[in-house]
Amino acid sequence: MNTTVATTGTEGKTWGGGSQPLKASYGKMMMWFFIVSDALTFSAFLAAYGFSRFKFIDSWPIADEVFTHVPFFHGNYPMIYVAFMTFILIMSSVTMVLAVDAGHHMKQKAVTWYMFLTVIGGLIFVGSQAWEWNTFIKGEYGAVQTKGGNILQFGEYVDVDGEQKFKRVAVADFVKGGHGERTQHQSKNGIWYVSEGTLPEYTVEEVYNGLAAHENVLVRNQILNEEGEKTVLSREESLKQIKDNGTLVVHGANLKVNEYGSPLFADFFFFITGFHGFHVFSGVVINIIIFFNVILGTYEKRKNYEMVEKVGLYWHFVDLVWVFVFTFFYLV
Amino acid sequence: MAHEHKLEIFRGLWKFKSNTQKIWGVLVFLTFVTAIEVVLGIYKPEVLMGQVLGMKGLNWIFIFLTIVKAYYITWDFMHMRDETKALRRMVVWTGVFLICYLVFILLQEGGYIESVYSDGFIKHDF
Repeated sequence: MNTTVATTGTEGKTWGGGSQPLKASYGKMMMWFFIVSDALTFSAFLAAYGFSRFKFIDSWPIADEVFTHVPFFHGNYPMIYVAFMTFILIMSSVTMVLAVDAGHHMKQKAVTWYMFLTVIGGLIFVGSQAWEWNTFIKGEYGAVQTKGGNILQFGEYVDVDGEQKFKRVAVADFVKGGHGERTQHQSKNGIWYVSEGTLPEYTVEEVYNGLAAHENVLVRNQILNEEGEKTVLSREESLKQIKDNGTLVVHGANLKVNEYGSPLFADFFFFITGFHGFHVFSGVVINIIIFFNVILGTYEKRKNYEMVEKVGLYWHFVDLVWVFVFTFFYLV
Repeated sequence: MAHEHKLEIFRGLWKFKSNTQKIWGVLVFLTFVTAIEVVLGIYKPEVLMGQVLGMKGLNWIFIFLTIVKAYYITWDFMHMRDETKALRRMVVWTGVFLICYLVFILLQEGGYIESVYSDGFIKHDF
């Protein structure tokens, strides 16, 4: 019966098979290779963002003016909330690595607790991101879009400690709306295959009239000046721009319009943070599965907690990506 | 099962007694780096706003600090420090090489299109 060749004469040699040159299990190695490919995907997105930004380098929105809100607080706090989100994610990375460490020492209770905390951290992060999206979509001041798709915003000079500072003014603060002669086109009372989205709060004409009535309000366009601030137009130029070029009043941001500037900024923001948020979400789901496996004692029976380690790699990777998203969306 | 961890960071400048202690040490360091980034991002010191290699000096600092953070997350949280040299190089150099290539090509092209918009015959005056 012994027909198979049992020995090849290479046992114990480097290429004799059975050796593990990388000293890592199959699963762990594959997780690493998945991470490499996912890292390339994310860097492609961020590089594409960089491409669009370099293309419009002199008119890109200033992130500090876009993300200025903190839940439950009024006022202008750029960076604070996103720094908090970063800290939460790093913190949940720490509890994850503590879970891995406890797993190495076969401490079931400790792993359970640390996994639980990791899941909570992930949920806080995803929730924060949802809030951030909501704030961004709702918008703040409103603006007028021009024929060419550029954005004209409004503001006025105010005296702050003896210094003239340009302060944004919301469209609703100086425009009187509500003539209401324009009704929304609905498919039921027009051509059945044509319908129209929600109408903007104001027409451009109403904005023009409001602007004409308020001497102090000026228009600011997208072009960045030498100090890295948006260019503020003179009073005559402001009126002229709105009259000649204004086509649509926009409030907030979506995939088509963006009151903060280039629509590409909003597109990339939704796409990249959305893709990252989806990673966080799936990470949370996987962490929950592992959490229950730990409680059930699956890894106690298996006598090793390597599964926690593999999932941990994925979770840290999500944190790693956020570090880059944070830099390129909010800092640079 | 042996799970040896190298218990020092900064090339042995900061040593730890246990792996748990090292994790907290790295957290302290990462938080510190993030705090520096946030403070620089809010105050934007005038000295760092000059152009260096086609970008604001401050932006280079941000990118450098980000890579520092990425290094410590990968090396200490993902335990890359304890993997074999071969695995480490396979993962890191593949990523680094391809990402540098991609970023260079796309940014170069973006800069070119910008120059066409601003210096070429295509104008957007709206």
